[in-house]
Amino acid sequence: MPDALDLKLLARISAGLPLCPRPYAQIGMEIGLNETEVIRRLTALKADGLIKRLGVIVKHRPLGYRANAMIVWNVPDGLIKPLGKHISRFSFVTLCYQRPKHPEWPYNLYCMIHGKDRATVLAQLAQLDNACGLAHFERQILFSRRCFKQRGANYQTQHTKATANG
Amino acid sequence: MLTDLQKRLLNDFQRDFPLSPTPYRDIAEQLGVTETEVITALAELNAQQFISRIGAVIPPNHIGASTLVAMAIPAAQLQTVADKISAFPEINHNYEREHRLNLWFVAVAANAAQLQQVIENIEQQTGFPALQLPLVDDFFIDLGFKLDLQHA
Repeated sequence: MPDALDLKLLARISAGLPLCPRPYAQIGMEIGLNETEVIRRLTALKADGLIKRLGVIVKHRPLGYRANAMIVWNVPDGLIKPLGKHISRFSFVTLCYQRPKHPEWPYNLYCMIHGKDRATVLAQLAQLDNACGLAHFERQILFSRRCFKQRGANYQTQHTKATANG
Repeated sequence: MLTDLQKRLLNDFQRDFPLSPTPYRDIAEQLGVTETEVITALAELNAQQFISRIGAVIPPNHIGASTLVAMAIPAAQLQTVADKISAFPEINHNYEREHRLNLWFVAVAANAAQLQQVIENIEQQTGFPALQLPLVDDFFIDLGFKLDLQHA
């Protein structure tokens, strides 16, 4: 379990690593840790899976990846995990989740595809259909239109703030 | 136009960013350039909005509580409702999507009770019901995204 200092560190690093020669020393100074301790804690958080990845976080749209589709399927419960794992192996899939079914929304398997344009995304989806045997399950394709807000999430607690991707 | 250095910085350092006292110098050595060139190139990518930050991706539900939310909003009211929702600090990734359920966003709070309060506030302020679709299982370990930057 992360302690209060870990949460403080996660919050600070989620705002972005400073662009200076000793960035870990810099964020350490801001939150009251020395450079060695910052590096030790980040290494441990990464090893424990509390940091999924540490690095450059790109913005897809300005880099030419203008089409984004969320695809949702209604699959039998027993197939969710194997299908989810299979779908996740494709490099164009950026997220793959199970979410609960709802009477007005009977879908339980979600994936996100980022592509340069709509046609590319649909071709990639056809590739998924073939490889994973998804074609006969009920599904919806939801392309994104306007982006009203995009940033890391804010976890507000009594003493700390940290951020994550929902 | 992106420089070769910028393209490599975009693609090769999305994960396993060096955890050493001088990460930018380590990257510079790996790429055969100077530390200053690396820092300058990253600052430019940041200023041009090609990167959001050098940071940590934290998986959902390890810290705090979160849920995906979907709402069906009449087209004429969508911008107004979306703006109201975006104003909540607990909301991120607020998108319009092509469907009857046309507004999709993620809500994050310190705990489940606070999360429910946020959703209730949103329903009250907008007058529309919110469909909550929290994460059950995560199959994908986000290791970054290989960008094709040939024409960028």
